[in-house]
Amino acid sequence: MDITSLTAVELGKKIKAKEISVMDAVKASIAQIEKVEKDVHSFVTVDKEGALKRAEEVQKQIDDGILTGPLAGVPVAIKDNMCTKGMLTTCSSKILENFRPTFTSEAVLNLEKAGAVIIGKTNMDEFAMGSTTETSYYGATKNPWNLEHVPGGSSGGSCAAVAAEECPYALGSDTGGSIRQPSSFCGVVGIKPTYGTVSRYGLVAYGSSLDQIGPIAKDVTDCATILETIASYDTKDSTSIARETYNFTSALKNDVKGMKIGIPRSYFGDGLDAEVREPILNAVKVLEEKGAIVEEFDLNLVKYAIPAYYVIASAEASSNLARFDGVKYGYRTETYEGLHNMYKKTRSEGFGPEVKRRIMLGSFVLSSGYYDAYYLKALRTKALIKQEFDRAFEKYDVIIAPAAPTTAPEIGKSLSDPIQMYLGDIYTISVNLAGLPGITIPVGKDTKGLPVGMQIIGNCFEENKIIRAAYTFEQTKTYERPEIAKEAR
Amino acid sequence: MANKISDETIEYVGILAKLELSGQEKEDAKADMEKMLDYIDTLNELDTEGIEPMSHVFPVHNVFREDVVVNGDGSEDTLANAPLKKDQSFKVPKTIG
Repeated sequence: MDITSLTAVELGKKIKAKEISVMDAVKASIAQIEKVEKDVHSFVTVDKEGALKRAEEVQKQIDDGILTGPLAGVPVAIKDNMCTKGMLTTCSSKILENFRPTFTSEAVLNLEKAGAVIIGKTNMDEFAMGSTTETSYYGATKNPWNLEHVPGGSSGGSCAAVAAEECPYALGSDTGGSIRQPSSFCGVVGIKPTYGTVSRYGLVAYGSSLDQIGPIAKDVTDCATILETIASYDTKDSTSIARETYNFTSALKNDVKGMKIGIPRSYFGDGLDAEVREPILNAVKVLEEKGAIVEEFDLNLVKYAIPAYYVIASAEASSNLARFDGVKYGYRTETYEGLHNMYKKTRSEGFGPEVKRRIMLGSFVLSSGYYDAYYLKALRTKALIKQEFDRAFEKYDVIIAPAAPTTAPEIGKSLSDPIQMYLGDIYTISVNLAGLPGITIPVGKDTKGLPVGMQIIGNCFEENKIIRAAYTFEQTKTYERPEIAKEAR
Repeated sequence: MANKISDETIEYVGILAKLELSGQEKEDAKADMEKMLDYIDTLNELDTEGIEPMSHVFPVHNVFREDVVVNGDGSEDTLANAPLKKDQSFKVPKTIG
């Protein structure tokens, strides 16, 4: 049996039924990593020894009846911006090249309690700043569907690892689309939960008011199951929200009868590649045939989301990244004269160009004399964008949108023009500004054979509606695997 | 409106950001920032008069708890990743003359 082709929940069931041992599951992932990693480069760190050791412990706990959950014994990859005790956590930056956290992030801890086996840490854009995973200090990740193309970003390593079947599922983080866009480019499923649903404790902060951790997997069932496991109210995260329910798997129903779906006209107009538009509208048609009520509407202020986002995210980043100064952890420059010179040299040598660009912009918009004109203006714009979504959700249960204007671009084509690259975030970014949940599911492929994803956006705390819509569509289509995942070992 | 970033501004932002930029990097940063600010200026088309700046999507309020110590001595963990340390402290260059 081909273990790596299984979903996380399927694998968990077989482990529970003693058809597959945890050791075999872990070894299958490692074998696939050893086979494809030189081409795909999804990982910054692969913890082979740790995973094999942990496999034995988890198997024992399953045998003893201590671990009984659906993810017990299933290997997982973690984006390299979540702290894992004793395991390198680099944020794909030189400045954290030697950082081994002394604690584990809450979301990962929740997985460990459920019996997950961490196989390694995945590549990302440096400090999650980017849309292609090309800004990683440790080299770019390739798209498993076509190695000449990017996997998207910033959770590109996590999405590529799942698509190439190096692990059954992974965790990513999403500040402006960093789970949903690479999931679209890699043909996998990813959820960005409502802000405050998954604890950010131990997630290295980029834009604190926007960051959320979420699951990336091969199907909606996996994502709902993983979200149910990682979501929790955590007093260590002051923005954590105590939700009424953390049950997401009950939404896995093949039924959209009467569900009201809004299609924002501005999301399907100019700027959207026809090869992306068509499969999404076909998927919408499928949902309509299954009983959903579909209606086009005008979502205003769309073009203001990106400038508002870059002001807010850069401002928060400039503040959050002030902690990397060569004193407490990470890289420190070799030679320096005095404290300030040490700070400056350490940071200038430790950060890459995109990170520096955003720290500079963030420092500027927060500086005296510009704070009102830029930062507060952006926060006011955010309030207006939130109102637009509030109005839309008075009429619709979910909103359907693309996750990106095109399929995955070729490697090396995106970084030269930052604004052009930022424009690629147009369909995902407002969701973060408004704190909403969103899911991306694969709906087809373009003529080059690259995956197209569809984004389903819900109102705050209404993950269950987007999960139900996504699950219902998924029942009409089989999951497609890239060749690199299928090749016999 | 085209934004113009002066040498003094980029120098000042470099100080705020604690980044040391080379001559070429400064020129690039100026050009980058001018372009970004021109783009961000599209926000000025929006009338935001009377709109409260929204820093959090949900109403957030202070979270209080009893002041009870729950953790032990974490000094070893705290110092575990220090590039340089001395006598249970982070070691930094001399700051006072």
